[in-house]
Amino acid sequence: MAEATHAVHMHHAPKGFIRKYIFSTDHKVIGIQYYFLALFSVVLGMLLSVLFRLHLAWPNANWDLLGKLFPTGMAGGLMTPEFYLSLVTMHGTLMVFFVLTTAPQGGFGNYFLPIQIGADDMAFPVLNMLSFWITFVALGVMVMALFAVGGAPLSGWTAYPPLSALGKISGPGEGLGQTLWIISLAIFCVGSLLGALNFITTTLNLRAKGMTLTRMPLTVWAWFTTSILSLLAFPVLLAGGILLVLDRVGGTSFFIPAGLVVNEQLVNHSGGSPLLWQHLFWFFGHPEVYIAILPGMGVASQLLATFSRKPVFGYKAMFSAMLAIGFLGFFVWGHHMFISGMSPYSAVAFSLLTLSIGVPSAIKTFNWLGTLWRGKIEFTSAMLFAIGFVSVFVTGGVSGIFLGQTSLDLYLHDTYFVVGHFHMIMGVAAIFGIFGATYYWFPKMFGRMMNEPLGKIHFWFTFVGVNAIFFPMHIMGVAGHPRRYSDASNFNYLSSMHPLHQFMTVAAIVTATAQLFFLLNFFWSLWKGRKAEMNPWNATTLEWTVPSPPPHDNFGGKLPVVRHGPYEYSVPGAKQDFIMQDSEETVSKTA
Amino acid sequence: MGLAIALVLVLLCVVSVIMFSGHYWWFPPLISTYTGYDKQFMLTLVIVAVVFILAQLGLGYFVWKYRDRPGQKARHVEGNNTMEVLWTSLTFVIFIGLGILGQRVWAQLHFDQPPANAMEVELTGQQFQWNIRYPGPDGKFGRTEAKYVDESALNFVGIDPHDPAGKDDITSINRLVIPVNQPVKILLHSKDVTHSFFVPGLRIKQDAVPGMTIMVHFTATKTGEYEIPCAELCGLGHYKMRGILDVRTPDAYRQWLEKQASQE
Repeated sequence: MAEATHAVHMHHAPKGFIRKYIFSTDHKVIGIQYYFLALFSVVLGMLLSVLFRLHLAWPNANWDLLGKLFPTGMAGGLMTPEFYLSLVTMHGTLMVFFVLTTAPQGGFGNYFLPIQIGADDMAFPVLNMLSFWITFVALGVMVMALFAVGGAPLSGWTAYPPLSALGKISGPGEGLGQTLWIISLAIFCVGSLLGALNFITTTLNLRAKGMTLTRMPLTVWAWFTTSILSLLAFPVLLAGGILLVLDRVGGTSFFIPAGLVVNEQLVNHSGGSPLLWQHLFWFFGHPEVYIAILPGMGVASQLLATFSRKPVFGYKAMFSAMLAIGFLGFFVWGHHMFISGMSPYSAVAFSLLTLSIGVPSAIKTFNWLGTLWRGKIEFTSAMLFAIGFVSVFVTGGVSGIFLGQTSLDLYLHDTYFVVGHFHMIMGVAAIFGIFGATYYWFPKMFGRMMNEPLGKIHFWFTFVGVNAIFFPMHIMGVAGHPRRYSDASNFNYLSSMHPLHQFMTVAAIVTATAQLFFLLNFFWSLWKGRKAEMNPWNATTLEWTVPSPPPHDNFGGKLPVVRHGPYEYSVPGAKQDFIMQDSEETVSKTA
Repeated sequence: MGLAIALVLVLLCVVSVIMFSGHYWWFPPLISTYTGYDKQFMLTLVIVAVVFILAQLGLGYFVWKYRDRPGQKARHVEGNNTMEVLWTSLTFVIFIGLGILGQRVWAQLHFDQPPANAMEVELTGQQFQWNIRYPGPDGKFGRTEAKYVDESALNFVGIDPHDPAGKDDITSINRLVIPVNQPVKILLHSKDVTHSFFVPGLRIKQDAVPGMTIMVHFTATKTGEYEIPCAELCGLGHYKMRGILDVRTPDAYRQWLEKQASQE
């Protein structure tokens, strides 16, 4: 079917450094830019967490060196409670928005979605460039908030008003820092929104001939579903953010009720509702969890299939489950608000909907195990992180069964149990997805292989480390330890948990240090890694049919024609144990 | 490598079971009539433990069993619809079943009305203390208004001096004294930002939201002093916002109340 390979006019790469590498409209360059933005944010966010973990383990220790680095927050080497809260707030914000939302979607999605569907670029390349640079500005503003006069914001990544709305009178960090924080997120929303539009249009309109929806790799399904979630969720946060800024600087009262007395000052606001923010925030915030994790699910499926040399078990069930998770994800935000003062009747509905979202999650787990079953598993670094992903996804998922029940949440809400839960399911699982994707696609992106032994060392430290850090949190939550306490020594019933805090801090330091193996491997391989072939993993999807790295227009002016499903591994009668999606080989499969 | 992963996953399961059954760190003893909480937690724990262990060990076993070794061949299996349906229905029944059972304590707290003889206490959060108010002998709280707040005169909640109902109101800071086995109805307020009332032994938590009055009720069944940590981030002093639930015998409670009244 030669006539089907319709020729497209060949794009030539722009000349000149700025158009090629800075303000590039090439989705691959933009993907790499997003990746490096996330890499910067994750290093910063991780360092902040090590700092506050030090304080939790040794609250009265004197850190002279840190005192010199942070003369206000750690004057004389002692961390102030407001500096502690700022670190927690900035850690959460950087990680959730600038790492978990950017790297899996803006990074890998940008780079590989067009290639995997056989397109020469995104549907709107200029818009794509704009979404990155808007996100970049948002990060700049967020870093400014960290150094704002009057202290960095400390209302947590959820920024509940009235605390976040009242301004300076409600304490340190509630001045300029908090305003910049909201402005940064508002900007971020715009960038994500533009990105989402682009992803959806590209997926629907630019698929190569033969790339039917049911031949799309699960990564594409994941990025597509994530984009729909972004499109519907971010505008709500944007609206909430604008209202919150108006409350702070415009004298409005969307979130501030009448009759407040803060630090003995009568507040001149009336008519607002603190719960309104929580509804807006979590209407965004819960889908955000899936925005972070769905791409990881796609990557895990892709890697488990590739390195087990088997098709993904239950391919249709897999993308249906993702769509179901995405859909249900919009009806469960109230489980963040069981004890907020919201109607206890709606809490029951939110609770049952929340537990029902466990069903598609269980389907995914079952099918990942099914993919390994009767496979031929090759333990590459990428595969190790995919296997680790399944393990931490299970650990983080089952704790949700406790928290989703209204009754059990009465005690567990806002304890370390919640912190352990969401770090496992949203933080660690998504990060494992990012690591797996990095080890898997690095050869394609940079034309060089990463070092496997270093990757394996990195995996073992990280996998054991994250369990050591986050598992004890569940136990602390059961023992009733509230989160966001800079120092637990004021409470008698918390004192017995101090050894756990110390254990977790040591685990955190070791795990954070072990990330040097990754950074070292990454940058060393970038320059010195072994040259990568076109298809080093014997994988099937379209990105492996083009050179590493791919040319500017991906397919050299000739778009591919797709003839096979995405995971045709170990097909009986085939020449090799994999059939590329564009292969002309035909094998009659017997059922 | 497959064996190493399998062993680590076995270790993960063993440590989890030890940590969750050894109770080295665990719930403080239950001191309220919400006894269903602990039962529901244990039921959920057992079911979750089974799911968790099956999944982790299954993962470990497959990774070890199907590792690439000489003679190992991958089989082209695309799925199994019967298994999918079975698995989906099973998890649906288990999760939703737990979810329905998980509404019982919630219903006791939020849908059942407190008994008619329940005593009323008002709790008002502020950065960073709990203001506690009893209605006094007349059984009525005096009206409050923000403009009457005067911390130097210890009028933290702004009781209107012109309202006769407020004259006998009894106030206390950070110490909530109640009689044992007496149903108590707490009216939660906040005068500045959102706080949260949490007594681990009672097994309840409820945010105190500015602009709202939220009621919770409970009956404490053991005398003693229990800490009330603030459970919603309320600013830099959040970690030291500490109240005490002081459960006394009815006599000791009455004596305390009289003493407080004479000090007003």
